Amino acid sequence: MAYLELDSLTKAFGHTLAVDHFSLNVERGEFVSLLGPSGCGKTTTLQMIAGFEEPTSGTIHLNGRDLSGVPARERGLGIVFQTYALFPHMTVSENVSFGLEMRSIRRRERKARIARALDLVHLSPFASRYPRQLSGGQRQRVALARALVIEPELLLLDEPLSNLDAKLREEMQLELRRIQQEAGVTTLLVTHDQNEAMALSDRIAVMQAGHLVQEAAPFEAYENPSNVFASTFLGKSNSIECRIENGAIVTTAGVRLDCPAGAAHTGAALAALRPERISFVDPGEAILSGTVTERVFLGDQWLFKIDTPIGELLVTRRNAGRSEPDTGSTVHLAWQAEHLRILATGDAA
Amino acid sequence: MNPFLLSAPALVLFAIMMVVPLVMTFILSFNSFGFYTGIEMTLGLHNYIDVLTDSYFYEIFGRTFAIALATTIICAIIGTPQAYFLTRMRPFWRSVMVLVTLGPLLISVVVRTLGWAILLGNNGVINNALMGLGLTNSPFRMMYTSGGIVVALVHVMVPFMVLAVWAALQRQDPATQSAAESLGAKPWTVFRRVVLPQAMPGVLSGSLIVFSLSASAFATPSLIGGRRVKVVATTVYDEFLNTLNWPLGAAIAVILLVAVLVIMISWNRIVERRFAGVFQ
Repeated sequence: MAYLELDSLTKAFGHTLAVDHFSLNVERGEFVSLLGPSGCGKTTTLQMIAGFEEPTSGTIHLNGRDLSGVPARERGLGIVFQTYALFPHMTVSENVSFGLEMRSIRRRERKARIARALDLVHLSPFASRYPRQLSGGQRQRVALARALVIEPELLLLDEPLSNLDAKLREEMQLELRRIQQEAGVTTLLVTHDQNEAMALSDRIAVMQAGHLVQEAAPFEAYENPSNVFASTFLGKSNSIECRIENGAIVTTAGVRLDCPAGAAHTGAALAALRPERISFVDPGEAILSGTVTERVFLGDQWLFKIDTPIGELLVTRRNAGRSEPDTGSTVHLAWQAEHLRILATGDAA
Repeated sequence: MNPFLLSAPALVLFAIMMVVPLVMTFILSFNSFGFYTGIEMTLGLHNYIDVLTDSYFYEIFGRTFAIALATTIICAIIGTPQAYFLTRMRPFWRSVMVLVTLGPLLISVVVRTLGWAILLGNNGVINNALMGLGLTNSPFRMMYTSGGIVVALVHVMVPFMVLAVWAALQRQDPATQSAAESLGAKPWTVFRRVVLPQAMPGVLSGSLIVFSLSASAFATPSLIGGRRVKVVATTVYDEFLNTLNWPLGAAIAVILLVAVLVIMISWNRIVERRFAGVFQ
């Protein structure tokens, strides 16, 4: 039995199913992300694990214990909320102390554990500050310390980085990963940010409309998306509508493309191609030619929109300091056939 | 458009209706009064000296502030949990209950107070019920007592407290309650350690409103307290309309105003210092 086991968890609000027979296993010490757009049911799933929502059906087992009907306060989980939910009238150390006081832990041990938790998140010098005197990143770390100090069986993170600005978010991603590994706590992260999910987790569970769409390690999920939704939600992707005929791809525009080896699918399909796998080549080696309709500079890379016979393609190129084709110019494109992913149609979002 | 121009109508109204009478009352309080000469346009502190050296007035001021304080404390005790329950209700029941809460404010003060008189009188509903049940032989005296005034004032002041606390509760992040719960706190602990401290600014500003309105209340004390239990507002009224000693009445009114102001300002400063953490 897995450490955390969600078995056909379902939550209905009226006639809508927010979460629909969702099953997931998480091993001890693992960091798993629930990734999906807003409204996909990921937060509801978290709320059910936390004990703030009662599942309509299905079960949750944590460390062999059935959590059905167990009130939130007796589940012993550490939760970091999107808004951090720090107690504004308490200092940092009082915030961290709260959970220990609820467990009637003696004063001396409490002080030692608060000190250890604050040290873990590098906030020891701020122990006597109030939350409003801290920056966003610091508040976030207080919330983390408060959740970890009770040595929870499971750490739940609800969009913990979404209130931070981009630069701080990247720093906190590394920080969060370090803290999680140092504390060795099993962690479930809920996020709509694919970069966050990929950077932090051992495994990603992609959710769509209450269903589990894919469950894989970040690299695996990115490279082999299970359906169109997963391919477009995890990073950028070109989806080319096509048919598979006699081991070749025929696009709706009638262009024939080489099919990757081992594609068993036949009939209508979508070929997914990552923008960074397309390269600019000499006319002789080109698979397709097209016209640049838009060019966006992103610092470390360039993003091109290219009008081709098979439709508009997105291409990204690493900025290597060289000059790049401007809008209106003709470019010649090539890619390796094995980088195409053939996905069944019909389950697209 | 110029902000002063935009607020001009309100400023003019404020100046005419509020500042002018206040200034005139203030000036009046320095004039003197004779039974045969009427109001004399002199300037002196004798009215203030009269009030501040007479234990009769001390008793009235003491009673007024005691009534106001008791009303405030009872309102805080009743109104805070009430506001908390309101925030936790489903939207439909919440709007119904807000209306019920505001009910006392929708009824004319005279009707409401006479309603209390019917309940509290020696021959009133409560005493008749108690005697009918054989719980007591002689009626409890509730009309014409400070206690009766407090009961009737609490009735009308609770909505102010509820609204102030409710506003503070709505500013607080509901996730803090979930956070406390997830850390192992029972419902009562969540209320006592997380909800209440964050609602304190509301309780305290509600207390300010209730205290100052109770200290200057006129209709309720005059109907429930009658001639026997005088408060400052009814004393001022008597000085103006029965004794016709307007300057003395004005002096009492000014002292009440200043006393309430001083209490409010110092209260506010204590609150701000004590609950600095909650005010963002």
